[in-house]
Amino acid sequence: MVERSPILNLISQLLLFLGLLSALLPFAIIAIAASHDLRTVNEVPMPLTPGPYFWDNIVEAWNRADLGPKIVNSIVFAAGVALGKVFIAALTAFSIVYFRYWGKMVVFWAIFITLMLPLEVRIVPTYAVAANVLSPYQALLDISGITWLVRQATGIEIALKWGLLNSYTGLILPLIATATGTFLYRQFFLTLPDELTEAARMDGAGAIRFFFDVLLPLSRTNMAALGTIMFVWAWNQYLWPLLVTTDAAHGTAVTQLKELIPQTNGTPDWHIAMAGTLIVMLPPLVVVIFMQRWFVRGLVAAEK
Amino acid sequence: MAEVAIRGVHKSYNKVPTVHGVDLSIADGEFVVLLGPSGCGKSTLLRMIAGLEEITAGEIAIDGTVVNALEPRERGCAMVFQNYALYPHMTVAENIGYALKVAGTRKPERRARVAAVAQSLGIAELLDRKPGTLSGGQRQRVAIGRAMIREPKVFLFDEPLSNLDAKLRAQMRIEIRRLHQRLGVTSVFVTHDQVEAMTLADRLVVLNHGRIEQIGTPTEVYRRPASRFVAGFIGAPAMNFLTGTLAADGRIAIGSGAGTPVTIGVRPDEIQLLDAPLKGTLDFEIELVEELGTGQVFYGRSGEMEMTVMRNGGGEAALPRSGQRLFLKIPMTCVHLFEVESGRRIDLPPSRLAAE
Ligand SMILES: Nc1ncnc2c1ncn2[C@@H]1O[C@H](COP(=O)(O)OP(=O)(O)OP(=O)(O)O)[C@@H](O)[C@H]1O
Ligand SMILES: [Mg+2]
Repeated sequence: MVERSPILNLISQLLLFLGLLSALLPFAIIAIAASHDLRTVNEVPMPLTPGPYFWDNIVEAWNRADLGPKIVNSIVFAAGVALGKVFIAALTAFSIVYFRYWGKMVVFWAIFITLMLPLEVRIVPTYAVAANVLSPYQALLDISGITWLVRQATGIEIALKWGLLNSYTGLILPLIATATGTFLYRQFFLTLPDELTEAARMDGAGAIRFFFDVLLPLSRTNMAALGTIMFVWAWNQYLWPLLVTTDAAHGTAVTQLKELIPQTNGTPDWHIAMAGTLIVMLPPLVVVIFMQRWFVRGLVAAEK
Repeated sequence: MAEVAIRGVHKSYNKVPTVHGVDLSIADGEFVVLLGPSGCGKSTLLRMIAGLEEITAGEIAIDGTVVNALEPRERGCAMVFQNYALYPHMTVAENIGYALKVAGTRKPERRARVAAVAQSLGIAELLDRKPGTLSGGQRQRVAIGRAMIREPKVFLFDEPLSNLDAKLRAQMRIEIRRLHQRLGVTSVFVTHDQVEAMTLADRLVVLNHGRIEQIGTPTEVYRRPASRFVAGFIGAPAMNFLTGTLAADGRIAIGSGAGTPVTIGVRPDEIQLLDAPLKGTLDFEIELVEELGTGQVFYGRSGEMEMTVMRNGGGEAALPRSGQRLFLKIPMTCVHLFEVESGRRIDLPPSRLAAE
């Protein structure tokens, strides 16, 4: 039902405008703070007009936090996570929707339950695994007594070790599983008519062929939407990169921001911190603007 | 080109039997239509031939090879679906050529064959369009093209025309028939539209509840329906069924009387409508009149029984109106007799029928 009355229109426009204003206000304050010098930014109240030092502050923040390589790291990390999620989710949903196999429901529910286990909840075990991917197997060997047996027999201590700390793999791999994405794809695949699958079978296409030739092209908009959301999500990750990258060379832009935050007894140079924040905000913004056309279509309606 | 043999085929979905032992052999180049009410298992049977559905018991052989365990692509069948099932992201040319692409045919050859097929179906100028921009008739042509390009041994059609409007349907029907005459490929066509079935079929297979009721040419099935079900299903308006008796000397009487009880079937267009009662006529009170242009259909009742009568021509004279009383004469030479219990046809020698 669409109501058309000028008063209602006015009210809704007004509400939207207020919403926009309140959403933009913090950004405006950041931008203004980033354009003043040390003295002005610490005045109370802070002036609400921009100052002349914007570019100087940006350069200072960039250099002080070494943002260049960090942003590259972040882009690799976020793009890796987004692509990984898009692909893994598509494959998982493909398996759940199109194949009948023993234990399918178990797999389905296992994925479903991971919705209730976000990274923050399982951070300790995830870290343990990232520190040594083979540790679960090691544990199995230990518990089953095989380690002991081998030591008794040969004197060799079995110690499996494959660490992922301080590497892109370690940053990306533990994050690419996504239940949300899997469900997005699942819902989409379920809307495709069975006849499409059957037509492909009649045309002689096997499962893999069908996946790449039919399903992936049809879910382009879904991929764009999921990819964009996940890119922004990964970009904003703080806890995981902080834990995994003890070596500064692998740090991401978002974790690097803390370098710019004034220390308790240091200079209160908030203008630099704000300038750095602006820089770090930019790449996801560009991605969202760039992908917006696809993104909205993927979320709103399935293509005919 | 190939013959298809279906031997004792059963199908159960989750232990629920759906198709109960179908035997059917289809000759090379024959056009067979599977006809039956909704849910009778027509599609299921077709899909078992295609390999899209597992066969629970029995076997299907194409060209002498049992195909039960073969993948669809290895069976040499091509299928046209009711909802066209075109790939929405591919152009018409890519849709038609996809099977060749999968089979690894080189691009120049593929393009040439797609062009040839499109030419023969009159869709050559649509090759660069996406299916979403085509009309229903054009989409169906593309779907047929996609099936044709593989030069299959057997064509399978699952109600391909039911999404089209009446006029287009009639036109496509003729085109499909022409195509069959030109290519001579064995074809199995599923429909629940009897006009489509009668006009297309070399042989008609009437299914009901997962069983074959009758196999025969359209004329045979119409003239000598093998069961009460077939008699009622084929022909529009539907056949009238009256209770009656068959005496030992072959006399048929309507209503109760001496002799075996039977069901008497008579087609609406074979009943004569009279103004005045004669010996053996039935009363008929008209409740509803349908004007067809070429004639009229009268719905009404004769005593307890609902009856339908069709009359050809006669538009000029004063039409009988609803509420009017008329008289029906049922020519006993035209009636069909069926056993009451089983519904099976009872055949009488014509000489005995003539005695009234
Ligand atoms: N995948 C399935 N799972 C369970 N039951 C099914 C399945 N497919 C079909 N059936 C059942 O099998 C019966 C026959 O179905 P089928 O599709 O062959 O009917 P049909 O003759 O093609 O009917 P229609 O004219 O409506 O297409 C129906 O009762 C249907 O409910
Ligand atoms: Mg069907």
